[in-house]
Order: sequence, then C-alpha cells, then structure tokens
Amino acid sequence: MSSRLPTVTGEWIDRSRSVDFTFDGNAYRGFAGDTPTSALWAAGVHVLGRSFKYHRPRGVLSLANHDVNTMMQAGARLNLRADVESLEQGMALTSVNTAGGASGDRLRILNALGGILPVGFYYKAFHRPKALFPFWERVFRRITGLGTLDFGAPHIRTPKRYDFCDVLVVGAGPAGLHAALAAGRAGAKVVLVDENARIGGSLGYQRGGSIEGVEMLRDLERDLADLPNISVRPGTLAAGYYADHWIPLVDAKRMTKLRARAVIVAGGAFEQPAVFRNNDAPGVMLASAAQRLLYRYAVKPMDKTLVLTANADGYRAALDLMAHGVAIAAVADLRADGEPSALSMRVKQVGIPVLKGHCVLEAEAVGDRLVAATVCPMGADGKPDTASPQKFACDGLVMSVGWAPAAALLYQSGTRMRYDTTTHQFVPDHLPEGMFACGRVNGVYALDSRCEDGERAGTEAARHLGFDTPARNFSIAPERSSPSHPWPIVEHPAGKNFVDFDEDLHLRDFHNAAQEGFDNIELMKRYTTVGMGPSQGKHSNMNAIRVLARIRGVSPAEVGTTTARPFFHPVPMSHLAGRGFNVHRETPLHSRHDGLGAVWMQAGIWLRPEYYALPGKRKSDIVRDEARAVRSSVGIIDVGTLGKMELYGPDAGAFLERVYTAKFAGMKPGTTRYAVMLDESGVVIDDGVVARLSEQHFYFTTTTTGSTTVYRELQRWNSQWNLEVGIVNATGAFAAMNLAGPKARAVLRKLTSVDLSNEAFPYLALREAEVAGVPARLMRVGFVGELGYEIHVPADRAAHVWDALMEAGQGDGIRPFGVEAQRLLRLEKGHIIIGQDTDGLTQPDEAGLEWAVKVDKPFFVGKRSVQIVRKNGPRQQLVGFELDAIGASTTPRECHLVVRNGAIAGRVTSIAWSDTLGKHVGLAFVAPDMTELNSPFFIRADGGTMVQARVVPTPFYDAEGLRQKVMD
Amino acid sequence: MPYQLLRFAFASKHPEPRMFRTPERLKNAYDAVIIGAGGHGLASAYYLARDHGMTNVAVLERGYIGGGNTGRNTTIIRSNYLTPEGVAFYDQSVRLWQDLAQDFDLNLFYATRGHFTLAHTDSAVRTMRWRAEVNKHFGVDSELVGPDEVRKAAPQIDITCGGHAPILGALYHAPGAIARHDAVAWGYGRGADQRGVEIHQQTEVLGINVEGGKVTGVRTTKGDIATPRVLSAVAGFTPRVTDMVGLRTPIYIHPLQAMVTEPMKPWLDPILVSGSLHVYVSQSARGELVMGASLDPYELHATRSTLDFVEGLAAHMLDMFPFLSNARVNRQWAGMADMTPDFAPIMGTTPVEGFYLDAGWGTWGFKATPVCGKTMSWTVANGRDHELIKGFNLSRFERYELTGEKGAASVGH
Repeated sequence: MSSRLPTVTGEWIDRSRSVDFTFDGNAYRGFAGDTPTSALWAAGVHVLGRSFKYHRPRGVLSLANHDVNTMMQAGARLNLRADVESLEQGMALTSVNTAGGASGDRLRILNALGGILPVGFYYKAFHRPKALFPFWERVFRRITGLGTLDFGAPHIRTPKRYDFCDVLVVGAGPAGLHAALAAGRAGAKVVLVDENARIGGSLGYQRGGSIEGVEMLRDLERDLADLPNISVRPGTLAAGYYADHWIPLVDAKRMTKLRARAVIVAGGAFEQPAVFRNNDAPGVMLASAAQRLLYRYAVKPMDKTLVLTANADGYRAALDLMAHGVAIAAVADLRADGEPSALSMRVKQVGIPVLKGHCVLEAEAVGDRLVAATVCPMGADGKPDTASPQKFACDGLVMSVGWAPAAALLYQSGTRMRYDTTTHQFVPDHLPEGMFACGRVNGVYALDSRCEDGERAGTEAARHLGFDTPARNFSIAPERSSPSHPWPIVEHPAGKNFVDFDEDLHLRDFHNAAQEGFDNIELMKRYTTVGMGPSQGKHSNMNAIRVLARIRGVSPAEVGTTTARPFFHPVPMSHLAGRGFNVHRETPLHSRHDGLGAVWMQAGIWLRPEYYALPGKRKSDIVRDEARAVRSSVGIIDVGTLGKMELYGPDAGAFLERVYTAKFAGMKPGTTRYAVMLDESGVVIDDGVVARLSEQHFYFTTTTTGSTTVYRELQRWNSQWNLEVGIVNATGAFAAMNLAGPKARAVLRKLTSVDLSNEAFPYLALREAEVAGVPARLMRVGFVGELGYEIHVPADRAAHVWDALMEAGQGDGIRPFGVEAQRLLRLEKGHIIIGQDTDGLTQPDEAGLEWAVKVDKPFFVGKRSVQIVRKNGPRQQLVGFELDAIGASTTPRECHLVVRNGAIAGRVTSIAWSDTLGKHVGLAFVAPDMTELNSPFFIRADGGTMVQARVVPTPFYDAEGLRQKVMD
Repeated sequence: MPYQLLRFAFASKHPEPRMFRTPERLKNAYDAVIIGAGGHGLASAYYLARDHGMTNVAVLERGYIGGGNTGRNTTIIRSNYLTPEGVAFYDQSVRLWQDLAQDFDLNLFYATRGHFTLAHTDSAVRTMRWRAEVNKHFGVDSELVGPDEVRKAAPQIDITCGGHAPILGALYHAPGAIARHDAVAWGYGRGADQRGVEIHQQTEVLGINVEGGKVTGVRTTKGDIATPRVLSAVAGFTPRVTDMVGLRTPIYIHPLQAMVTEPMKPWLDPILVSGSLHVYVSQSARGELVMGASLDPYELHATRSTLDFVEGLAAHMLDMFPFLSNARVNRQWAGMADMTPDFAPIMGTTPVEGFYLDAGWGTWGFKATPVCGKTMSWTVANGRDHELIKGFNLSRFERYELTGEKGAASVGH
C-alpha cells in the first residue's frame, strides 16, 4: 500500500538507491533522500509518534524542523526530528515516550483522563498528604521526558570552525536567494545558509500547479554558480544571534562560528495550524507539509482531502494536490469573500467546490486515522454557525490559514517588531545597524514581491558596507489580501481544540489559565507552558497571542510576544562543546619528573609532582623519606609554577610599596624580602618574595594559583596610578628550582663560580651568576627551613641545570621531593600557605603576619581596612599546636573544627605527622582568647571524637632558624 | 489518582478562581509598599499580611509576577553554607520550604533529591570538610563523602571527568532540593492577594520620596502614593532603587546565565555541582536538564545571552557525562545577579528610616525566598532587624564585619 508517486519534477529522493530501516520493530523501505517521516508516510504508516501529555496519535503536521510529535530515537541518537533527518540504511527507529510503540502506546489511557487533567492540574494535586509526594514524583518521572539516553554512547568531539563574511543571508528561499545575489553582485563576500537539505525554499513546493518556481530556482542556482564570492550552505542552521553579528552555523558535522559584517534574515515564515476539534488527528496537516510530501519526496499525502484555507496558498495547495491524484472534497475558506486572485477561478475551473466563509468545526478519526471533517459557516464574530454542518468523508485535511514570521534571529538582535494589521503578523519595525530582513519574515508574500524585497535587502546591505552598487528604488507592492487570518480558531465545546501540539494544550486551557489570573503573555506561557516545548512555540505562539488578545478584548499588538532566546532549533551538546579543550600547564622539567616516577597533582592549572613513586613503597613512607632527605642531606623541588614578575622603571620600588604591605623602596640591590598582598578589605590574597636586581629592576614571585590574578590586578593598579613602571609576567619564561638541605651549598658549589660562603652570600641575599654554564638568579631562601637556594634560569635551559644539579648531588644522595613533602617541611617551620592557612576573610594579623605589614607607609592596598579592623581586634588567631596524645586512634584532619563549650571556636588549617619532631603538629584558627602558650583546646575529629591539642610556639622545628641561616 | 483532580471532571465550568486580582488603580496611601513582585517581594507581602496583620500593602512590579530572577534561576534549594549566620538562616529556609506546598495548597514540586558539591582538588576537599563540619555542628545534614558515594547516587558519571578533573570527594547535603520556581511566586502572590495585598503589575517605580531622612511616598508610572515603609526586593535592579533614596551599597551587577536541554527520560536523580568545572545540573520534572555555571566575568545590567557560555558549559557537562553528546540544548537565558563583596546578602534596615533593603542575593536568592519573606516582613513590621538577619545588615561593610560566604557559593565567581 505505497503512496509513492511516479517521478515528480524536482524530487529530492534517489530512486536508484533504496534504504531499508525499521520503525518500532517493523521493517520498511524508502529511498536515499527520504526522511523517516516521508518514507513511513509513503509506506502507509500514519501514526509517527505520541503526544507529550495525552499520548494522542500524531502524524505529519509540518514536515519541517519544528514538530516534536514526529520525534524518534535511533540507537544513541535521541529526539531525532524524523521530518527532516536523512534516512539511513539500517536505521532502527523507535517512537519516543511511548509504552509499546507509537501505534499501540499503552499510555494512551491518559487521553481518556483529559477531563481531570486541565491546565496546571499538577499544581492542584499530589501535594497532600505530603508524605505521598515522593511517590507521585516517581510516577511522574516514569512517564515524563521524551527520548532515552544511552549511557554507553561515546563522547563525540566535533572540531569547530571560525568563519567571517561581509553578508550572511539566513534562508535560501526566493527572497534570500535574491538578497544573496544582489549583495554578491555588488562584490560582497556572502554566506547563504538554509536549514533544509536543499536550497529554494517554497519555490520547490508551493507550486500552485505550475513549474514556474522550479524553473526560477534553476536559473537562480545557475546565477549563484557564476559568483564564487557566494558560499551556499544548505543543511546549515543559523542557530542564534549574538552581539556584533556573531552567529553559530550548525550543520550535521559541526558548528561554525561566523562573524558577519551584516546579516540579512530571510528565514520566511512558519505555516500556522488552524484550531478546531481533533485538529491533531493523523491526516490533518499544514498545506505546506502536504506540498513538501508531494514535491520533495513524491509521496501522495492522502487520497481525499478537505482544504481549509484563508489565503492564496491554500488554493495553490489544492491545485497541487489535485494534479497528483488527490481528490479534493472542498475548499473551505474562512474569509466571507473568498480568494480575490485568479486562483479562485482556476480552482473552480477544475471542479473543486469552494465554501466561502466556512470553517472546520471538527475532524473525526477512527482507528488513529482521519475519516471525516465537519464544516460549517463562520460568523463575522469568528464563531461557528452550527445550525447546518456539512460532513465530508476524507482521509486528509490540509490547513493554510496563516503564517508566523521566523523572526527569532531578529528578536535576538534587538529588532523592534510591530503587529501589522494588514498582514496580521509581527513585522520588523526598527532594525539594528547591519541587520536586514526580507521576504515573508518582513511581511512580504507575493512571489514577485519577495524577489524584489530580497534584491532590496541585498543591495541595502552591500551599500551599508560601502560596496559600490547603485541605489535603486524598489517598489514592493502591498499585499492584496492578508496571508494570515486574524482568527483561524474554532472552539468546539467538546474540547480537543489544540493550540500547542508540543505541550498538548487546547483552547480551554488558555481560557482557564486566564480565569486563574495568568492573563498576560509571559504568565500565560509559564502557567500553560505554551511555546516551552522543543519547537519553542513555532506553531503555537501566534495562536496563543490571538487567543489571549480575544480573551482580554485587546489587539495582538497589545498582548505582545514572549522573548525569543537562542537557540532557534536545539543544538547538540557535542557541537557546542567542540573538542573540549582543557588547559593545563607543565613546567619545562615535566619530562624529568615523569622519568623519576612523579605522581601528578593539580595546582591551579599547573601539574606538579605530589611525590615520586617508588616500587613497593607507600605514599606516606615516600613523603617521609623525601622530607628526611632535605633535613639530613639535600633535596630539590621544582618551584617553576610560582608566578614570576619583572618590574622595571624609576617608580618600581614605589609601586611595590603600594601593592605589598612591606617596604621595598629602600631595599639594597642583591637582597630579597618576603611580601604579603592584601585586597582592599585588608584580606590576605597572596604572598611571595621580592628581589631587587638593580635600582630600577625588581624580580618577584607570587603563589602558583595566584599568578594570573595578581598580574591582572597589578596591571589594573598600574593603569590607575600611572607610575613610571612596566610589569612583565615572566612566569613561563623562567624555570625555578629550590635546592635545600645541609648539603645544598656543597652541591651548588660544583656548578657555579660565585662565592657561596655565608658572608659573601648570606640568607635572603640574591646573586646573579652562572649555574652549569647557564645565567641564573640565585636566592637564599628558607621556606622548608634548611639552607636553600632558589635557582631561577631561562625556561629553555631548565632541564640542563636540573640534570647538572642531580648529577652534582649524586654523591650526597640528592633526592627530588614533591609538593607533599614540601608542605610537611614548611609546616614544621610554621610557614603558612595562602589559601590553606588563610581564607576569604583572613586579615594579616590573624595569620600572624603583622610583622610584614608596615602601616607607617603612606599607602598600600588594604591599609585603611587593616587600621580599622585593628581597632576592633582580631576575630580569630592562627596558632601552632601539637596533639597531646601521641599515636591517638583518631587524628584530626584539616578543616576539622575547634570547639569550645559546644560552640565553634576555630578550625584546623594544616596538620601533619612530623617524623623529625616525633609528633603531630599543625596550625589552627582559634578564638583570640585561646592563644596562650600551652593552653589546651579541643578539636572535633571524624565521628565526633574530641581530640585534645595544645597551643605551642612556631616554628616547631629549629625555632632560631639557625639551619637556614647556617654558617660554613 | 488524587481526588483533588476529580472535581475538574465533574465541574461544568473550570472551578478555579483567580490567583491574583488586577486592581483597577493605586490607592492614595498604603501602610507599606514593596517594590518587586518576585518571590522575595511576594513572600514578604504574604507574611506581612499573614503574620503581622498588615494588609494595606501594595506590591509594585515593573513587569509581571515572578518574571525576574525568580523565573530565571535553576531552582536549587540547600542550606550547606559556611558561616554560622548563613547556615542558621538557610536551615530555617529549608524548613519553611518543606511545608510550603501544604501552606499554600499549591503543589510546588518540591523534590528532595540530595545535593552533591563535587571536589576535584585537595583544597576543594578541605573546603567541603569545613562546610560539612560547620553544617553538622548546627544540625544540618551534610557530610563529606568519597567518590564511591557520588558514583552510587549518579552511576552514569565519569568519575575522572574526562581524566583531567578526577572527583576526589563531595559535600553531600541530603536535604538539597529543587522546586517549580514560578509556582513559588504564584503561591505567595495568591496567599498575599487573598489577605488583601494589592499586586500591581506593569507598574514601574520612578522615585521614592524621602523627607527628613524618612520615607514618605513612592512615585510610579500609575501615579504617586504615600507610604511610611518601602521594601526594595528587586535583585539586579537594586542600584537603581537605592539611587532613588541616595543610598550607596557595594552591590555590583553581573549576568548569570543558564541553559536547558530538550526533555529526556529521567536519569539524573541528585543535584550535582562542580566548582572546578563550573557546572550545576539537575533534571526537572519535565525531564529537561537544567544547567548553570559561574557568573559572567564582567559587570553588565542586561540579560543578554552569550555563545561562549553554552560552549563552555556543554564542554564541561560532557566531561562529566560524555554520553550527553547527542542531547540537545533547547534554550539559554540570563538573569542579573546583585553581588556583594562577601557573597552574603544585604537585608534589613538602612540609614533611611522606613526604607528596607532585601538585596545582594547574587546567585542564591531563590532558596532563601521563604525565610527572607519571614524575616523581612518581621523587620518591616517592627522597624528593626529580625534576629536571623542581623549579620546581613548593610552597615556591616562600614564596620568591616563581613560574613564570608564566598567559599560556599556553588561555583567559582
């Protein structure tokens, strides 16, 4: 029972290639170029899906990209638009959201319950008794949703492209084609996109029994081929409009982000359904859908049809259908005067009865298929006169009662639209700069006019961009009659007069919503969910506006529209995500660490060795051993992730004094100083070491995670203060390693000629010298509490220096150590880590940094706040502590709370077992009155266990700092 | 099927009355004027009328009920905050939420799903432990859990997040919930309306009259009204309203964007948040994945959408759930978030007598709707700050007594 027609001029199918596929388990055969919908309709399958709420059978409605009733699933691909998706060999399609397939859906029982499921029913029930709601929620979660995810589906990575052009034309129908040609002939680089598989738009299918349109399209395609500056991209969706003409173009393979200098929207209009009882029965479809079936896929949509119309397009559709063997029961024209053009004569001549001023009252379906439609006169008030209805037997009913502009991109660009009362649609009123509109979206419908309007828009866009093309007078004739009927809506008292096919909303739902107070368009949208389905109201918003306007007794203009946001059609996540780049940074020594068995951890965007794995050894033992090597002999750690800044200029010292709390202007070249940075509220945000290389040249470090923010802040301050200073972020240009331990000097001495003696190169000094033949900056530091040299070298020589140090240290048992050992070593010294031992509110005094804050300076960022806060006294204080019970079964962890008298009195910020000290030591915030040395306090550990700790002075290890300042 | 629905079948006419009246015109005077008919404004009106007997109240709304951040947020409700002030406040809010549907006799689809804040770094694990400990201390159900617990609640997740952000643990907050945001505004609006409060939509405030440091009236597009009390509950429009009374606040406005997929069969039960990946996601009652990310990094008083937002969020979603490659994003939108320096709200009395502020709600205002209404109505009725909101008064910025909630904001800012 195939409805496939003999070859139709211009058809999109390739009859030489058949395609086998299944739908809900049954096998079918179509052709290459078919869509699932066209192939199934050709095979006599008329129930293609079930509706979202009532599970009513649904067939073809629009055969465009905006109908969710023909959504299908193919394996892992969910929510496929069967109307437009290419049919593929072996495709196994299933219907979406059914229990047992589209035709036997067991959930169709919900249709019978429609009476107790009015608009917003779910707000009125299921919440009492409260305890039962979780049960109802589970029920809803079983029946809600559309397609099904396949959790085994792979991560699809689709590279993105970037593109640019002078003029982007969206829509390749007659208007868009003429616009593209006009702009292209003027010399503009044009990109022409159309979401359909082929260009031409309505030229291909709204034929009215003539092939003029097809011939025009052939000519236009030839013209396009002559202009290499026009890139024609069918199957490509302009998915949204973003600021400054930034448009994502989505095709089957990828997203292309295009920056256009001007945009012409020629996206046409969506044909709108009429509202009457059972207007969703399979067999009831838009005229344009029937024509697309005919001319794209050579499928006879029905055997006998009624045509409900209110414009010339319906008459053309009647002629098209008749030319392909469809019997036309009648044309019912909503307009009392009928069609003014010659089309009405042509229809009469071929023997089609025309019922002027008539509407469809209801459609009747038997066994999921339309069998009849009842027609009656429509009064001037838009109400049906049901005195003498006429019933027509038919298996099809095509509707052509009006259009709504495909204006999403215009709205998103900020176009002001107005409701035009001659065409009964919203049209552009004021376009932003560089935006143009033509064709149906611009309220122009007659074919000649659309072509002319396209020429106009293309010419104007080219001239706007400065292309030398003569200005012309375009005369676009006003529409002779409105393409859209102002009230294509008939309310049948028995209901099922559908307005929104996505969301299963019928006319009564709108009345009821308004009755409940949801009588402005935004509230109505949110209460009824009209337009919130996947088609975003493409075939429902206009009728909803008309319905609301009538309820309130105002014009559609006063009702207005809801906001059109991206996307125009839903876009796959894979296209948006692209290849999914994730940035991380490696130091120049990365491969060396890898070779040594580094276990990596993230530090901001950097990867750092947490420790160096050894076969058969546990992490805790390794970390202990790495630390021990530093304490007893010599260790080396890559600290190249620190932010590294160069500062030049006569005001460099003054600048540092403003951004850091200490004093720097008087520093001698060849020295270093610890530096703390605050924000304006006095909170500690970063620390580092400042070194002075010469009078006008400083070099300083920031924390690993803070470098980007600090650099940005410094630039911001610099631009405000306008000091004579230049900042260079040299983080990537330098590598840095810290050589630490009692043997550090002996190891380094082998590689440098600089005098390393304590007198010549004391603690906190800086020297510039060669290390292993590489120019280096050497700083005497003490972060880990041993004699130590931070060695900064150009990044490209880092590996050479590392290798030389490792070799030089071999005899002394040099050992690389990771972040974990460093954390332990610095904790033994009581050194804080910004961000771990401080938080978003920590003032310097609270963290024991008051010594580094010089309030006798005229200014530094945060000074005023520090002074005010000091008056109030600290809210908390960071103290060192040790655990009383050695080897207790429960050890507190970082961020466990300090508890006093049942109230929170602070928290642990750092804690570790120190092998060197033979006990647990840590840092904790406590209340200001709990800082007395040796006073006990309690920490609430895992499971609520209270663990006693005692305040002790820091550093825990080598309190006098003799080791880091050690003499020869 | 619940019996409440049967009446629809037997009624010849739809048996539901208006939820809110449309008053013809403004009166000359009100005991209080609330600017903003979002959740917060309507909740305040509701409790003013219900708990404090103040019913001669006008709620003025420039647009429509619930059209601002109430209708734009991602509807997550939780109380796993970081400061004692925050925890106590939001805990009260969650408790109010749990009975709200019964209070309103309106189903808010309040769904307790459990809320996981994922930690991908050891420093995040520390912060989660801190929050868990503070929460537990105040009796709020939160705990630090390991990756296995995350996997148990969301078995589909890639626990390594594409290999570059392995989940090391999570803060699990069992009471975490989502609700139908619009219905919250409607429920409060209906309750307030039934008690005599007037809701005036499409009524824009043009100015506020202040004489001798006291509020005396409000000028609107529908005429002038006299009132001794004005409550501003306008989120992203706060600076424009505070300008009207000459008040300076440290609020700055950033856009916050969100997006939603097409409906799919439910699979994601809990609410998941990842600070490192800038993602929060839950699945709505309609089967859509509702997703948000961090604030846009620039100040902007507009609700425009950007493409890079959806690109970035989609990429991070696929890191967590690679099988979503074929799922489609249906729609994106934006709201204006009123940010404060310490990521805590500004609530209560102000230096202008009779002018009350409910602002600075940034990205977390929805979950506070009930308790905000409770405490702000008390504050307006009594002319002084309710105990629970004393830590949120505007004056804290002068006193340097910030309430640091930055660590508890759901994703990085």
